Amino acid sequence: MKRLSTFNVVSLTLGFAFLYLPMVILVVYSFNESKLVTVWAGFSTKWYGELMRNQAFLDAALVTLQVAVITSTLATILGTCAAYVLVRIHRFPGRTLFSGMIYAPLVMPDVILGLSLLLLFIGVGVDRGVLTIVLAHTTFAMCYVSVVVSSRLVAFDQSVEEAALDLGATPWETFRLVTLPIIAPAVISGWLLAFTLSLDDLVIASFAAGPSSTTLPMKIFSAVRLGVSPEINALSTIMIGLVTVGVISASLVSKRAAIQRAKEERAAERT
Amino acid sequence: MPQKVFAPWEDQDEKPLIRFRDVTKRFGDFTAIDQINLDIYAKEFFALLGPSGCGKTTLMRMLAGFETPTEGVIELAGQDIAPVPPNQRAVNMMFQSYALFPHLSVWENIAFGLKREKKDKGTIETRVSEMLKLTRLEKFARRKPHQISGGQRQRVALARSLAKAPKLLLLDEPLGALDRKLREETQFELMDIQEKTGTTFVIVTHDQEEAMTVASRVAVMDEGKLMQVATPDRIYEAPSSVYVADFIGDVNIIEGKAHQTGDRLQVDWAEGQPALSAKTTDDYSLGQTCYLAIRPEKVAISAERPTGANVLQGEVLDIAYLGNISTYHVKLPTGHVIKAQQANTRRIARRPFTWEDKVWISWSETAAVVLNQ
Repeated sequence: MKRLSTFNVVSLTLGFAFLYLPMVILVVYSFNESKLVTVWAGFSTKWYGELMRNQAFLDAALVTLQVAVITSTLATILGTCAAYVLVRIHRFPGRTLFSGMIYAPLVMPDVILGLSLLLLFIGVGVDRGVLTIVLAHTTFAMCYVSVVVSSRLVAFDQSVEEAALDLGATPWETFRLVTLPIIAPAVISGWLLAFTLSLDDLVIASFAAGPSSTTLPMKIFSAVRLGVSPEINALSTIMIGLVTVGVISASLVSKRAAIQRAKEERAAERT
Repeated sequence: MPQKVFAPWEDQDEKPLIRFRDVTKRFGDFTAIDQINLDIYAKEFFALLGPSGCGKTTLMRMLAGFETPTEGVIELAGQDIAPVPPNQRAVNMMFQSYALFPHLSVWENIAFGLKREKKDKGTIETRVSEMLKLTRLEKFARRKPHQISGGQRQRVALARSLAKAPKLLLLDEPLGALDRKLREETQFELMDIQEKTGTTFVIVTHDQEEAMTVASRVAVMDEGKLMQVATPDRIYEAPSSVYVADFIGDVNIIEGKAHQTGDRLQVDWAEGQPALSAKTTDDYSLGQTCYLAIRPEKVAISAERPTGANVLQGEVLDIAYLGNISTYHVKLPTGHVIKAQQANTRRIARRPFTWEDKVWISWSETAAVVLNQ
């Protein structure tokens, strides 16, 4: 292996420091004894205990999880349907318009999306709450899902679907028994993407939420405006921990699967 | 007792299994298939042969139901198949890429079509084991497609498409992905399986040797048209056009003006050279342009002047040594280069002539095929 030069070491350190120093500070101070965020007064886990007793935060966390699970499921179903039609059906009236429009919310500023949804909800007369946040999140998350799923749909050999039809499967059976299992990894990553998008959205949720339905990012944001408390540091540390564990385990699983597959393919060619 | 020759296309009473009637297929401005009429009979091993882009795959995809003709009718056993969707046709296809279901085992791949017919479990199991046995895949039933080799995958694809016992099996370049040795073995295996199952096979290929080996009849296609439909030996020995003669195997083409007396044709082909003579049953008007097609193996090469109808002198320009045979490229004083083939019955050290030697080439009156296009 090539040795790292001084230049490489410096750029590596600077880059990673830029990315992770703020988070490291946050994690460190979550174990601070003192109530003052900027003064170190010894190690303690008491803020984690405090957090567990803070009903408002727990409620907000529950709402956020609820919204994220429902949103990502809905967005995955809708996004997969949209991707399937746009990739597989090459000609239907308005196809170009649809395929352009499916990506529009990706570049649309959140504020505009949130505002327009708010106007819609008021116009239709829906009470704002968990339902409206779910609808709002699904609106933009499904676009991301459809992008992820369509890249997989484009990549795989379409004759596999033709083969299923040829062997007597109906179009629905073909989708369920052949297409879906093949694109499953993309569908799952689409779901996870939608889940994280929904989990950390602040802007759109602020527009769509009602008084009884505060999500965690909204709760944190409003709490911080009254002053940063170590409780919030603790909460953020827990979230960072969860995300890290999730990402690392997912990449380990997929890497191991890829190695296993490569090994089996080599074995197959030898027989 | 002499065996009856399989030639349903010569029998007036025989009903074709597939009938293309004036079929045209256009993609936008591009005409992929141009007014094709074609009959294919039951139990035939029919090859569609042509360069890429000649429309052979489109023709096959129309049989499978993935494309519909723009004009004309395709009949399967007397029924127009246009309104029948692909999943309800008694036709199965083996794809060029094999198109195996990557998430299913070999066994499940083969059983896929049978399960769609809602057959009971016992029937499916029996049929799948039959197919596994036919394609010698018993050992691999539980493996996934990525756990077996290319040749085995090809056999899984074949077993899967045969499992439903289709009236017609379509094979799209089935051997394209295999190396040469495996391909040759598999060709004979395919013929064997075709004979055992009695299924009608239609194979698409751009490999003329493959078409000649496996097929009972070959259709040579070019730019959406059928150039000739005949048995492999007819295609080779009696091509109907310069295109077909040139596409199948190696050939010398000499252009000239016709001068006919009875069934003998004198062809003036070059200034100051004696006319070449050939036999034909067609009629040519005086001075009509015609082409002589002569296969290299029918051209004799010798150091001394032979006696016979068509004798020309030239110089050896090039020698392609292929082990069992050698092809000599002989340059005539007129600038024509004629290929002559000779079996290497002697050791190479005792070869009678080499580069730049003066040699005589000759062929008989019946060796050349006279073509008018």
